[in-house]
Amino acid sequence: MTNIKKNIDSILGNKGGGISQYGMIIALIVIIIGFQIWTGGNTLAPGNVINVFQQYSYILILAIGMVMVIVAGHIDLSVGSVAAFVGIIVAQAMAVWHWSWWAAIILGLVVGVLVGAWQGFWVAYVRVPAFIVTLAGQLIFRGANQAIGNSTAVPVPDDFQNIGNGYISDFGPNTGFSNGTLLLGIVTIVAIVIFEFRARNNRVKMGAQPAPLWTSIVRIVVLGGVTAYATILFASGRPNTSVPIVAIILGVLVIIYGFVTNTTTFGRHLYAVGGNSNAAVLSGVNSRRVNFLVMLNMSVLAAVAGMVFVGYSGSSGPADGTGWELDAIAAVFVGGAAVAGGVGTVVASIIGGLVLAFLANGLSLKGIDTNLVQIIRGLVLLIAVAFDVYNKTQGRPSITGYLTRGFGRKNKKDDGPTSGGLKGSGAQPQSIDQDSQVLLP
Amino acid sequence: MAGSPTILEMRSITKEFPGVKALSDVNLTVKAGEIHAICGENGAGKSTLMKVLSGVYPFGTYSGDIVYESQVAQFSGIKQSEAAGIVIIHQELALIPELSITENIFLGNEPGKRGVINWIEAQRTAKDLLARVGLTENPDQKIKSLGVGKQQLVEIAKALNKSVKLLILDEPTAALNEQESQHLLDLIVGLKARGITSIMISHKLNEIEQIADTITILRDGKTIESLDVKADGVNEDRIIRGMVGRSLESRFPDRTPNIGEKFFEVTNWTVRHPLDPERLVCKNENFFVRRGEIVGFAGLMGAGRTELAMSIFGHSYGTFVSGEVYKDGREIRTDTVAHAIKNGIGYVSEDRKALGLNLLDTIKRSTVAAGLPKITHNGVVSSVEEYEVSERYRRSLRTKASSVDQGVSKLSGGNQQKVVLAKWMFTDPDLLILDEPTRGIDVGAKFEIYGIIQDLAAQGKAVILISSELPELLGLSDRIYTIFEGSITNELTAAEADPESLMVSMTSKRTTVR
Repeated sequence: MTNIKKNIDSILGNKGGGISQYGMIIALIVIIIGFQIWTGGNTLAPGNVINVFQQYSYILILAIGMVMVIVAGHIDLSVGSVAAFVGIIVAQAMAVWHWSWWAAIILGLVVGVLVGAWQGFWVAYVRVPAFIVTLAGQLIFRGANQAIGNSTAVPVPDDFQNIGNGYISDFGPNTGFSNGTLLLGIVTIVAIVIFEFRARNNRVKMGAQPAPLWTSIVRIVVLGGVTAYATILFASGRPNTSVPIVAIILGVLVIIYGFVTNTTTFGRHLYAVGGNSNAAVLSGVNSRRVNFLVMLNMSVLAAVAGMVFVGYSGSSGPADGTGWELDAIAAVFVGGAAVAGGVGTVVASIIGGLVLAFLANGLSLKGIDTNLVQIIRGLVLLIAVAFDVYNKTQGRPSITGYLTRGFGRKNKKDDGPTSGGLKGSGAQPQSIDQDSQVLLP
Repeated sequence: MAGSPTILEMRSITKEFPGVKALSDVNLTVKAGEIHAICGENGAGKSTLMKVLSGVYPFGTYSGDIVYESQVAQFSGIKQSEAAGIVIIHQELALIPELSITENIFLGNEPGKRGVINWIEAQRTAKDLLARVGLTENPDQKIKSLGVGKQQLVEIAKALNKSVKLLILDEPTAALNEQESQHLLDLIVGLKARGITSIMISHKLNEIEQIADTITILRDGKTIESLDVKADGVNEDRIIRGMVGRSLESRFPDRTPNIGEKFFEVTNWTVRHPLDPERLVCKNENFFVRRGEIVGFAGLMGAGRTELAMSIFGHSYGTFVSGEVYKDGREIRTDTVAHAIKNGIGYVSEDRKALGLNLLDTIKRSTVAAGLPKITHNGVVSSVEEYEVSERYRRSLRTKASSVDQGVSKLSGGNQQKVVLAKWMFTDPDLLILDEPTRGIDVGAKFEIYGIIQDLAAQGKAVILISSELPELLGLSDRIYTIFEGSITNELTAAEADPESLMVSMTSKRTTVR
């Protein structure tokens, strides 16, 4: 039994994180297949899949930044307003000042950096809780959006719209498919094979026993199969459609941020600060810098999301981005991140976002009332997190013990000598860590 | 007091934590109307005993009987023991700073009907109670506007409101200045005149000598003796003998120290308390460590050892006032943790779980957490090197784990500590500060950790060992500094030091003649 689980774990690349890591992948597959059957094949129709990516990519882009913010132990409520603020500036730059689309994009990113630096400054250096800073940001940048745009929509030129609703352009002989998409699919499959064997090699170098070869092959077949299927799907849509450009932007961002959070020093510091900020500081981590960068990065990604959305909808309006922060936060928590910080991954958050996206899409394909869709999505969020919490409590001494640990980040109750029960001196360590909230920079 | 009836008798109390026996067969007899002091080293089991008595550790989690007012008591929680008239005042005050004095006194015990509080009655009672403890403050004042000394008195007023018969005070004067302490001691004596029995845990032997009627001494979780202060003619030296009088078993690996020249030196080190700018936690301290030397720091809880260590390590505690750190005679920067690490200082904190480890991490990620630059190339952490490094330390320190991919939260205390040690050994420090490195660790793992510490010294590193266990300090150190109330009171070589001389310097400003 444990052997089977181990093999499943290694196929899914699970590093002992319990069921939650792949529970969501399974949920995603179940939702997609379920709706595929229920809608009579409409869910996985090329046009619909393209639609889902175009409609939800900006939420997924936000989720990448949001998971990092949440891992660091913060929250960002301003992303929708920041996206709208950047959107209106970019639209104005093109419509009023006649900037070219690429100059406008650079401007948008610069504005994102400035907004992020502003919020990061308050969070990291003045130490105002991110909840407050970004709640203020939500009001400030919403107002700024409407002040700049006079509360009206500003249209953007066609070449800019490509980043929201364009496709990779076709070339070469007529194969009946989109050649660019086919090429991309083949490159992806080759990359999957190479990475799988490099990872195996690394395991061998580490002297650890690698998982049986067949698990690697299953992984390659499954991931390659999904990629091949997606490739055909995107390549066989209506003429002149193929992989949407937003999906490529999203894919590149996932790869970059997945890499950054996994393998760089910054990524390590991020998880260290989120997991135990005091221990991180005492290991030489500059926690202020981490907090600053993570807030800054969030606003840059909000800028990207805002621009993508403006491209998709063809204009920048005063109500753009309303409620996006909550969609992004929901995606991150469905993806298994912890409220207290320290836990969560980019890929899992994207999967969480896709679960919510396909759910909403499938329900609307069936013509379910949008109000009901809201209710269902709310319940899914609640159940997903409850399921996660339940799994984590398994094998633990008590639910309350878990709760105090989870929320207070400390479990001082009768858990033996290390917490001061034995030494007749519970007071000293306690006073040190109570104080250390104040002590440690 | 000889004729007084017994109010409390604790018989053969035994309390075990996973892997450790905190109390073993402890007996305590308290007479009605007396002030009973409990003395013992750090870790002797004093607080655990009081937690058993007050129901913090409920009936069934310990063995033995508590006989209170001639009945066997089986408290399942603090509420029940309070209902019986036993009130414990912890060293960490349980007052809510944003509420008023009145609200705090009646918290959880509000006068009134059906949840509606009768504030008029509460106010009047609060005034009475404050008068009884000698406070003239307005009961509407917020707790946070009071100093620690007055807060302590509010705690006592709160206890009086619960018609306390047996008052337990855990280190009541630890955070107070001399004047406040004296006022508190007078108050305890005053309560005695009103028939309230007090049990007081204190490290300040002069205070005990001053007000206690009976003293019970605990050591290593056992009752050593009970002394009648007047009849037995007890003085501080007598208490100390009881507290430390144990044979030093040979439970340390053999070692021939190879001590070089002066390596690190700290001068004029002065630090203020982070929240109370009036209070100095380190008062102009000077000390040095030689190459290959293990230097012990002895002191009681709250003496300022951890504060000293953490403030040197990147100014991580308190507000820095003055002081220099020299390495090989050159002054080095230690004002941030990053600088301290770069200049070769490592700090193993006393609180593994809160300050030493990220409990969400695996062994391998924890092992490299402080030495990431060493395995980072072009900004990318090498997972292969990470594995090799952590696996090497897992083998050499004999950390018991299925693999370095295991989460540190699942390890025993001893193995967690080995991971923390590995983390700091990997930074290759010249000076390693070990703060209570064996706290909460079983005997076998202790022996192994002693070996690791000695190996570090043998490699020519300077080691500072902070420990509350005198045998550990005496067994490992080449030289020992004693700290009392933020000052270094004495410096003894291994040959000069013995438990009595250390205890004397740890409990008062007076130093033994060298």
